[in-house]
Amino acid sequence: MQPTHSSRRILLPVKGWFIILTLFVALFLNLLPLGRMVGVPDWVALVLAFWCVREPLKVGMATGFILGLVTDVAEASLMGQHALAYVLLAFAASGLSRRILWFPLGQQALHILPLLVGSQLVMLLVRMAGGAEFPGMLYLLSPLVATVLWYPLTYLLLIPQYRPVDRDDNRPI
Amino acid sequence: MSVVGHSPPPFFKRGVAPLARLAIFVSLCLFLLVVDLRFRTLDMLRATIATLIYPLQQLAYRPVEFASGAGEYFSSLTTLQAENAELRDRELSTANRLMRQEHLELENRRLRELLGMRERQPTQGQVADLLYAARDPFSRRVIIDKGMQNDIVTGQVVVDDVGVVGQVTRVFPLISEVTLLTDKNQAIPVQVQRSGLRAVLAGAGAGQMELRFLAANAEVEVGDILVTSGLDGVYLPGLPVARIVKIDRDAAYTFARILCQPLAGVERNGQVLVLAPREMPAAQPEDQSNNDTPGKGRKVKRGQAAH
Repeated sequence: MQPTHSSRRILLPVKGWFIILTLFVALFLNLLPLGRMVGVPDWVALVLAFWCVREPLKVGMATGFILGLVTDVAEASLMGQHALAYVLLAFAASGLSRRILWFPLGQQALHILPLLVGSQLVMLLVRMAGGAEFPGMLYLLSPLVATVLWYPLTYLLLIPQYRPVDRDDNRPI
Repeated sequence: MSVVGHSPPPFFKRGVAPLARLAIFVSLCLFLLVVDLRFRTLDMLRATIATLIYPLQQLAYRPVEFASGAGEYFSSLTTLQAENAELRDRELSTANRLMRQEHLELENRRLRELLGMRERQPTQGQVADLLYAARDPFSRRVIIDKGMQNDIVTGQVVVDDVGVVGQVTRVFPLISEVTLLTDKNQAIPVQVQRSGLRAVLAGAGAGQMELRFLAANAEVEVGDILVTSGLDGVYLPGLPVARIVKIDRDAAYTFARILCQPLAGVERNGQVLVLAPREMPAAQPEDQSNNDTPGKGRKVKRGQAAH
């Protein structure tokens, strides 16, 4: 299985409800009350970047904006902070989508890393301008963890599209 | 391309160009940011979104609650017995003080009446469970399980059994946000218990607080206890707040750098007490003589002055 454009494999089209479901699950993971644990990836940013790369016509800046507002309320941060970061992330990811998908997964992750770090830096900039405390360099650990997760996430989120076109009832899977 | 039935992107009906769309969304975000930072008038929007995601939030809270509940369940009987014995001991040791407290309060009231002083407001409050710390790494906030439904309002003081924890800063229908004393934007007027010196204590992040704007030769020592002074009309006077842990008196600066540690378990979970909002005494009636004599900058009509 090679989820890139250079592979010969032809995938099934993605289902709209599956995109919504994965974004909801990512939001749920973000809402887990882990407190101030460092290195927890921003699941919403990661899944949003994934769908912006895979389906730039379906998921884009509007989705990022809404998810950002919800995250802002849930995390008790400044209104518009995550929204701004996610909108910029979605714009950059959609713009890069034609390019990224020709690379193997490892290099795709390297393309995603600056996007995720950039969105974190945007949030840092906004909050420091608003007079908040500096959270420390470990703040930048979470995009690194998220980048590592790009590889398994790609396979996980593409599972429904890998199903065979003609279902064989005698086959277990 | 590599997807079955992949429709080509529309040629003519493409909607707003990406860059224009980006500009629209970014300006919307900046607008929200400025409004939230400067005017703080987005409470309705916030409360609406918070109510919408409340079920999801509660669902996400379940696994964590279950894990901690399981931990408690398996805590052995002996631990509980030891804790029970300790609590009984403590109750005995404080019973003496509690009994005397009533007597002292009565005596205090009589003396105050004698002196013609205003009565100190009796404190009431409601117990709230501290659910979890907010994920925002730039501030220090916690979520408690009481909200508008329990008549919580913004500005209420939150204490635990040792001292002040923080202040309610946002209220949602079922939960509310408490800003901890260690938050960088949180300040509290205090008094050094030993010397009665008044000052402002501000959060410094990382579990510490800073006593600001005290002269380098101010009379404070390491180990001094700070209590609320009650000058702001929000905190009741006399609540323990923090202990001074480090004083840096550098003659090069006008002010001493004084670091404090909060007394209450500010960044630990547990139960807290939300004190009822303090009722401010009615504003002093303006001095009559002050009204008659014209102020410095005020112009007086001649006709009036002649009266």
